[in-house]
Amino acid sequence: MAHHSPGYHDHYVGPEPRSWWTRYVFCQDHKVIGIQYALTALFVGAVGMVLSWGMRLQLGFPGEFSFIDPSRYYQAVTQHGMIMVIYLLTAFLLGTFGNLLIPLMLGARDMAFPFVNMLSYWVYLLSVLVLLASFFVPGGPTGGGWTLYPPQTILKGTPGSDLGIVLMLVSLILFIIGFTMGGLNYVTTVLQLRTKGMTLMRMPLAVWGIFVATILALLAFPALFVGCVMQLLDRVAGSSFFIPTIVQFGQLQPHEGGSPLLFQHLFWYFGHPEVYIVILPAMGVISEIIAVHARKPIFGYPMMVLSILLIGALSFVVWAHHMYTSGMNPYFGFLFAVSTLIVAIPSAVKVFNWVLTLWRGNIHLTTPMLFAIAFLNTFLIGGLTGLFLGNVVLDFPLQDTYFVVAHFHMVMGVAAIVAIFAGIYHWFPKVTGRMMNETLGKIHFWATFVGTYAIFLPMHYIGLTGVPRRYYDFSNLQFVPESVHSLERFITVVALVVGVAQLLFAYNLVHSIFWGKPSGQNPWHAATLEWVAPTPAPHGNWGPVPPPVVYRWPYDYSVPGEVEDFIPQNRPTLQTQAAGGGGE
Amino acid sequence: MPQVEEREGLGGVHDRGGWGSGGGGGDSELPGAFPLPTAKLGVWILLGVATVIFSALVSAYLVRMGLPDWKSSPKPGLLWLNTAVLALSSLSFQRALRAARRAEAPTVRAGIRLGGVLGMLFIAGQLRAWGQLQSLGLGVSSNPSSSFFYLITALHGLHLLGGLVAWAVVSRRPTPLRIELCALYWHFLLAVWGVLYGLLLLT
Repeated sequence: MAHHSPGYHDHYVGPEPRSWWTRYVFCQDHKVIGIQYALTALFVGAVGMVLSWGMRLQLGFPGEFSFIDPSRYYQAVTQHGMIMVIYLLTAFLLGTFGNLLIPLMLGARDMAFPFVNMLSYWVYLLSVLVLLASFFVPGGPTGGGWTLYPPQTILKGTPGSDLGIVLMLVSLILFIIGFTMGGLNYVTTVLQLRTKGMTLMRMPLAVWGIFVATILALLAFPALFVGCVMQLLDRVAGSSFFIPTIVQFGQLQPHEGGSPLLFQHLFWYFGHPEVYIVILPAMGVISEIIAVHARKPIFGYPMMVLSILLIGALSFVVWAHHMYTSGMNPYFGFLFAVSTLIVAIPSAVKVFNWVLTLWRGNIHLTTPMLFAIAFLNTFLIGGLTGLFLGNVVLDFPLQDTYFVVAHFHMVMGVAAIVAIFAGIYHWFPKVTGRMMNETLGKIHFWATFVGTYAIFLPMHYIGLTGVPRRYYDFSNLQFVPESVHSLERFITVVALVVGVAQLLFAYNLVHSIFWGKPSGQNPWHAATLEWVAPTPAPHGNWGPVPPPVVYRWPYDYSVPGEVEDFIPQNRPTLQTQAAGGGGE
Repeated sequence: MPQVEEREGLGGVHDRGGWGSGGGGGDSELPGAFPLPTAKLGVWILLGVATVIFSALVSAYLVRMGLPDWKSSPKPGLLWLNTAVLALSSLSFQRALRAARRAEAPTVRAGIRLGGVLGMLFIAGQLRAWGQLQSLGLGVSSNPSSSFFYLITALHGLHLLGGLVAWAVVSRRPTPLRIELCALYWHFLLAVWGVLYGLLLLT
């Protein structure tokens, strides 16, 4: 079938870029949009990391760095959390991996609605600019904590309660609008634009993870949207949705009768699925990388898909485990504890299947594989402490201590970021046609892996001694032992070192774009469709031939009797040694 | 090299695939992997997101209403007229759709134009109702139920304004599918308004 025939997919390619502007800036090609998302997200991620240094300096060496006053400290804490969770992790895992992988892995020529997809990136960029603008307005960005709980975010005395909170809420609203445009594309593309033979149960797990995470996001972000709009009205129009009657500094505030708890429910109805919005695509990416670099079929593919779906469904009935100490009915606490602990089952199924995929595999310890293995154990460690916190009786003493901070950094911070690194090292050759430097990559890996453990393992201990999170200075608290203070200094030094180590990654990334070793079309000998496309893939992905037709599942590695140790998804017949001739 | 057993069914060398035809690509004649137009699926998903937004809004309203200090606030009678205008707008799009299926171009154009104009009239009516409330001294910050009234009508109005953008595109080059999606969007607007207005009236 010739290229000019009116194949269905050709209809969904955006216009061919004709000028520099439409090729690199206002481009409707999903691959360019994915790269735009990646660069923007990595940039704000770097900002978020520098903010974490600010708070680490204060915690490690209280009072020694005078530029970190309490306001700046709270602003750094708040913005670090918000930037990392929303503007880096969500944007990268869905925006970048979603855009780059979905059409290529499914054999489509582009997303379903390329123009809306382009708008999605530009609205995201606008939300980032609004967020960054809040650093330059009088009063600075909001310092009300990343959960933005009213009334403290709005009341005078909280840093950034003038303009900072307004810009924060506007930025989130924009982010949600932008994400919805992208999410519409991801779901529609997965359902409708799969190539011939690409049934749902032949989709790579990365696509499954992104697909289910996008559905979660489309169902969860609206709650945050409504919460943000209501809080914005409270701040600028004087309504009292979330602000109760308050007397502050002897003055009766103009608000009355609002319910702060209502915001917490709206926030966590979004906030808990958000954890899985981040981790499901990460799990998918890891599944791909483990199968490719261990040269083995993924173990229990149908169970992997089922557990993704189960985790997605359960994520909507656990949100109140973030609110055990808010005075809820104990029976609700019991219900939410049960549903929370049930999430451990599909999660454990996934870890079990990854480990069995590695079992007796032909494991290549490449940089992406090292990061993937790092994901397995940070996710496992972080998940286990989640079982502590999911229990109401254990959560009461641990709530708002550094144990919680250590838990969520391990399970959704470090785990998600190492999955992002794994994905970058793995798909970099696909995007640029060049390999990243392995030696630099391995140094980057060990610095990051050992470093993050050195940061967050001691933090569990600090939390168990009862040190509360969000305090500017606890050097005078009687119950805090000296060991905590020395550990705080240790953590701060390690955090600075890990941060500097990321410069290696930045250098490797930029250097390899221009001077990396040429990779060829399929450097990892992977079986999924994205490696069937020319590298780097042209506009329309498959060149002047029809999109590939799929004959098999994505994990045919090391099939007995085969000439090569992988069979691409688009190869119709087996090339056995007898029939194909020529052994290895 | 590890030995891997060949397995039947899902996930083996000889898998038979799974759900969904996966017939969207190549030289397939199918309109996508599932037999419905891709744009229609996109609009359904968009309306799904809007449904979640309005559900979150309604549940916030119900929670707030349950608190002891809740007072109802008056609703302008003009809203009944606005509701009728929106219903006529929706009806007009339906008429355009039926005409498009019978390829009656003039009726199609008239129906689409009328539908959009009635939509704008609805917005104007809602703004007028806001004005009436303001003159009664009920602003956004007056009491919880009036705050919610402004919020609910504003979000619904924004949803309709978004529809008017789509309407502008459709009226430039109306195809039966586009008109169908526009009509679907307007029926959804009407249904959501029905639920919201009913809730506001009852409480």
